[in-house]
Formats: sequence, structure tokens, C-alpha cells
Amino acid sequence: MNAAKCVIALVACLLTCVPAFAADAIKIGAILSVTGPASFLGEPEKNTLIMLQDQLNAAGGVNGQMVEVIVYDDESDVNKCVMAAKKLLDQDQVAVVIGPSISGNTLAISKFFSSAEVPLVSCAAAEKIVRPVDPWVFNTPQLDRHAVTRILQDAKAKGYSRLAILTVSDGYGQAGRSVLKELIPAQGFELAADEVYGPKDTDMTAQLTKIKGAAADAIICWGTNPGPAVVARNRVQLGLTVPLYMSHGVASNKFIELAGEAAEGLVLPAGRLVAVEQVPADHPQKAVLEAYVEGYAKAYGTQISSFGGYAHDAFALVMEAIAKGDSAKSTDIRDNLEKISGFAGTSGVYTYSPENHNGLDESAFIMVTIENGAWKALN
Amino acid sequence: MDPSSLLQYLITGLTLGSTYGLTALGFTIIFNTTGVINFAQGEFVMLGGMMSVYFMHSLGFGEPAAVVLAVLGATMAGALVERLAIRPVRDCPAINLIIITIGVSIFIRGLAMLLWGKDTHVLEPFSGNQPIMFLGAAIMPQAIWVLVISLFLLGALKMFFSGTIHGKAMLACSFDSKAASLVGIGVQRMVLLSFMISALVGAVGGVILAPITMTSYDVGIMLGLKGFAACILGGLGNPFGAAAGGVILGVLESFGAGFVSSAYKDALAFVILLILLFVKPSGLFGLKDSKRV
Repeated sequence: MNAAKCVIALVACLLTCVPAFAADAIKIGAILSVTGPASFLGEPEKNTLIMLQDQLNAAGGVNGQMVEVIVYDDESDVNKCVMAAKKLLDQDQVAVVIGPSISGNTLAISKFFSSAEVPLVSCAAAEKIVRPVDPWVFNTPQLDRHAVTRILQDAKAKGYSRLAILTVSDGYGQAGRSVLKELIPAQGFELAADEVYGPKDTDMTAQLTKIKGAAADAIICWGTNPGPAVVARNRVQLGLTVPLYMSHGVASNKFIELAGEAAEGLVLPAGRLVAVEQVPADHPQKAVLEAYVEGYAKAYGTQISSFGGYAHDAFALVMEAIAKGDSAKSTDIRDNLEKISGFAGTSGVYTYSPENHNGLDESAFIMVTIENGAWKALN
Repeated sequence: MDPSSLLQYLITGLTLGSTYGLTALGFTIIFNTTGVINFAQGEFVMLGGMMSVYFMHSLGFGEPAAVVLAVLGATMAGALVERLAIRPVRDCPAINLIIITIGVSIFIRGLAMLLWGKDTHVLEPFSGNQPIMFLGAAIMPQAIWVLVISLFLLGALKMFFSGTIHGKAMLACSFDSKAASLVGIGVQRMVLLSFMISALVGAVGGVILAPITMTSYDVGIMLGLKGFAACILGGLGNPFGAAAGGVILGVLESFGAGFVSSAYKDALAFVILLILLFVKPSGLFGLKDSKRV
């Protein structure tokens, strides 16, 4: 009899204690591509979120409340992503969702969030995510448009007029290609060649030979590792001297490792995260960048990847919105996100508004080059 | 179209094609002894490249030693695949074995991902990175290595199959394994040997290619697919056909990218493959399959 009473007491205690604890912590969902082809994005993003959660809770949480991040891995697969989104919204009842890591997955789940009235802060860059504006969907990475604008400003300053583009035939490359094809003629340049390569291709000499024949002043290559490294190597192997621009998709040390000496002198737009020590001390992002780099090195013993910064900013923005409105209700978080102005993150300085759910402009990018195997900021 | 571009496309195509050809050779060797298409062939290629990188960068061996160890390691992997995955179910129909090889390929790929991570790695070229200029086209020293080693392997295999007792025994197994065992050939031993040789050929391909194409845990998928296509193009079961099929596929791809559109180069190569199979279903160099009664 006594034992039974004990069990009942224990169960009763658990039933009352657990919900009390759960109600105390703010639940934040995250859907990230921790494994699969996009794991180079999802893995650092997940590490970043866990690190920030621990840091925040150790410092007493936000508005006196603890934060609990629930991370699901979508394995870079759109179906798994949809299932994870439904689980977060229906079962876990999270206040806000961070992610997914890739654009296709974000677009596939964004419609659930307006009906559930839960804000989604995506770590993916496609312009379609925030244009036209969905009141419940935000994103943190710099847009392709900003990167292309920076490249074309640089090309104009150097007096180039005929530009060739070489893009990868996946979502990232084709989004970049459409922006390039729109902005190159609009800014008064001539599109000399428009070449494409496959994400698994290992040799781009055919495309480069064709571009060589088109007599371009410069080449713009749009892709993520390892393709652009092959392009850089093939360019040197063919003895081409045409300047080569890369996209921000390769702004990580892995690219320098893969391309080796062929990376020397290439120019690309990148977030300030690749060259933190070269950011001037009075820059608004300096403190955030240094704290992130140090914290990550301490927590994981490895260098940061610039892609983890997207999750860092998503988390920081959500916390800012919660702190600002002193409320962790989904609708309040959404409203307060739109009121954020001049907030320094790792990718740039965010100013959200009802018309702008990306919050960045081209000043989020600096032009960098690779010199002696290291990133060097150009002014 | 100037002649130097033409030459450049041809060189690119030949280098690419040699890689497809070497993968295709591996398919042929196993098919010839067992009648099974080994879909883990691409993984042997990956193992060659990734193990070289591992021995060289993580364990600090010199490049020649790392390369030899990697090829030996992949050959051992080939033997293990036969021992652990194929031999226990040797009496099953070929289609079951083929599906098992697909499982093996997924397993090896997963293992490589866990052991060595998801990153792409580079291997230093065997003899420098300075291109040789020839009639306005650039030839990488590594491309010459690839062509020479491929030709050498092809010749060695030809000698093996038509000049040695083991090679002939392996061929006998492919024609009729029961009859072969009746005349005293150890069929199981030949199957083991064929897996080892094809892993060796694949790994050599992976090693000589890694400096050009770079390597990662998942390079085997595409190479396996292209190698299989090369095999079909040249006629399944004919080693020379397989090598020629690979070279033709590579050159078609390269010229397709150069003359038509780089966006459609893979599609172009496969469309030509389809057309050829409609016209000559046994492949370019395949013999007509005579039905046994």
C-alpha cells in the first residue's frame, strides 16, 4: 500500500513539476540541415544555436526566463523538413522557429507559419523568401542581389565592360544566375558568355575555354565548394589571365585549402566574419564578431564557419525582439522583430520593417581578396 | 572555333574519359567472372582517393607510400566486400547480388563520411602543377599520368586475361561457373580475385584522378554512374569496349559543353548513349548474346 502511495505521489509530482518547468522556458524551434549535402551550412548553425542557448541560460536567460532550443535535422531533404515544421508547430508548440538552412526547404514550409501565426526566421538567402513579404517570414543572410551589386561596383571601378558568368546548376547557382542576368545589363555591362556547370562536375576547362573565346574582361563564378575551387584551378591551368570574381558562397577557409595557389588574387564579396581582425575597431559589428569567434573557439575548439553566423543572427534577433517587447508570445515576437532597427549581427546591421524582412543592404558585404593563403579586406 | 580550343576540348575529354574508362573496367572484370554488376565500383574509386589523402595528410606518409598503401587498402576492401557481402549469399540469383552491391556502396559511403568527414580534399599532383603548352592548349602533367597509367592498366589486364592461367580461369567462370568448377577451377577463389582486381583498378583510378578532380566521400556516385554508362556504351563484358566507351563518353561531354551548351552536357552524352543503344543494343564493341538452350 505504501509503495503504491509513493508511486502515486511521484507521478503527481512529475505531472505538476514538468509542465511548470516547461512553461518557464521559452521554446525555440530550429530546423537545420545538419546532415546531407547542405551539412556545411547546418552543422555550424546547429553548433552556434546550442552554444548561444547555453551562454544565454548561464547568464540568466532573457527577461528572467530560460530558453530551450529544439533542433531537428531535415537531412537537407524537403519532406523531412515539412515533417519537422509540423512537429514543431503542432507538438512542441514553439514560440518561434529558426531555419531551415536551405532556400528550397524554407519556401516549402513558409506557408504553414502564417496559418499557425508563428514567426519563422530563415537562415537561407533566396530572395523569394522575403519578396514579396510574408508577414510571418524573415531571413538573416545577405541577399544575392547585395553580393552582385558589390561585384558590379568593383567591376565598374576597374573599368570592365564585358562580363562572363559561370554558374552551378543547383538552386544557389541558378538564383545567382537570374540576378546576374538582370543586373549585368541594367548596370550597363555586356554579358559576354553565360556558362553552367553541374554541382558534381570535376572539370570546367571546356566552359573556361569557351569563355576565353568570348573575350570577356572578367568572369563571375557563382557556386559553393568544391566547384568554384575547380574553376579557380582550371583557370590557372589554362593559363587564363582574365580576372575571376567568386560569390560569397565560397567565403570560408575550405575554399582556400581546396583551390590552393589558384585562389591567390581572386576577389569576392564576403561578410565581415571572414576577416574579423581586419574590421576597424569602431565598426558597430566588431564586438559581436569577436564575441562569436571567441565563444565558438572556446565551445568547440574549431574555427567558425561564416555560415553559422546566419543562425547566430537569427537567434540574436529573436532574443532582441523578446527582450524589447518583454514578451515571448509568437505574435509579439513577430511585431517586435519588425521594429528592430540598427541591430548589429555577424552578417551585417539589421533594420527590419513591415516592408523589409531581410533587414540588410549591400553594406553587409566587404570585398575581400586572397593573399598568401589568407583573406584580406579591400576597402 | 579555333584549333587550339578544339584541342583543349579533346584533351579535357580524354582525361575525363580515362576516369570513366577505369571505372568501367572495374565493372567489366566483376561482370566477367560473376555476371553481377557491382554498383559499389564507384566507392572503390572513392576509397583510392580518400585513403591517399588520409595516409598522406593525417598519418604523414610521403605521396608514393600513401598512394601504394591506399591502393592496397582498397584492394583489401574489395576482398572484404566479397567475403562478407557476396560469398554468404553466393547461391542467390544475380539480381539479388546486384541489390546487395547497392547496399554495400551506401554502407562504404556512410563509413567514409563518418571516418573522414564530409569535406572535399585535394591531393598534390604527382609532378607539379605547371601546365605544358602544346599548340595553344594547356596539358596538365597529371593528365599525362592519367592517360599513361590507364593505358598501362588496360594492357596489363589484357595480358592477364588472355596470357595467364588465372585470367583464363576467370573468363571460364563467366561463361559457365558449373562447367568451370567441374574442370577444377576454384570458382569462389576466382570471384574473390575478381573483386580484388576490380577494387585495385578502381582505386588506381581514384588515386591518379584525385589531384585533378579532388575527392570527397561521395565522388563515387557520379563516377559509378558514368562508368556504368561507359560500360554499356562499349558493350558489357568487353574490357576494351569499356575503356573505349569511357573515352568516347568523356570526349562527347567535353565537346558538348564546348559547342552546344555546358548546361546540357550530361544530357547530351546520355542522349547519344540512348540513340546508340536503340541502333545497336549490345553496345559498340559488344558481341551478340547467343541464347543457350
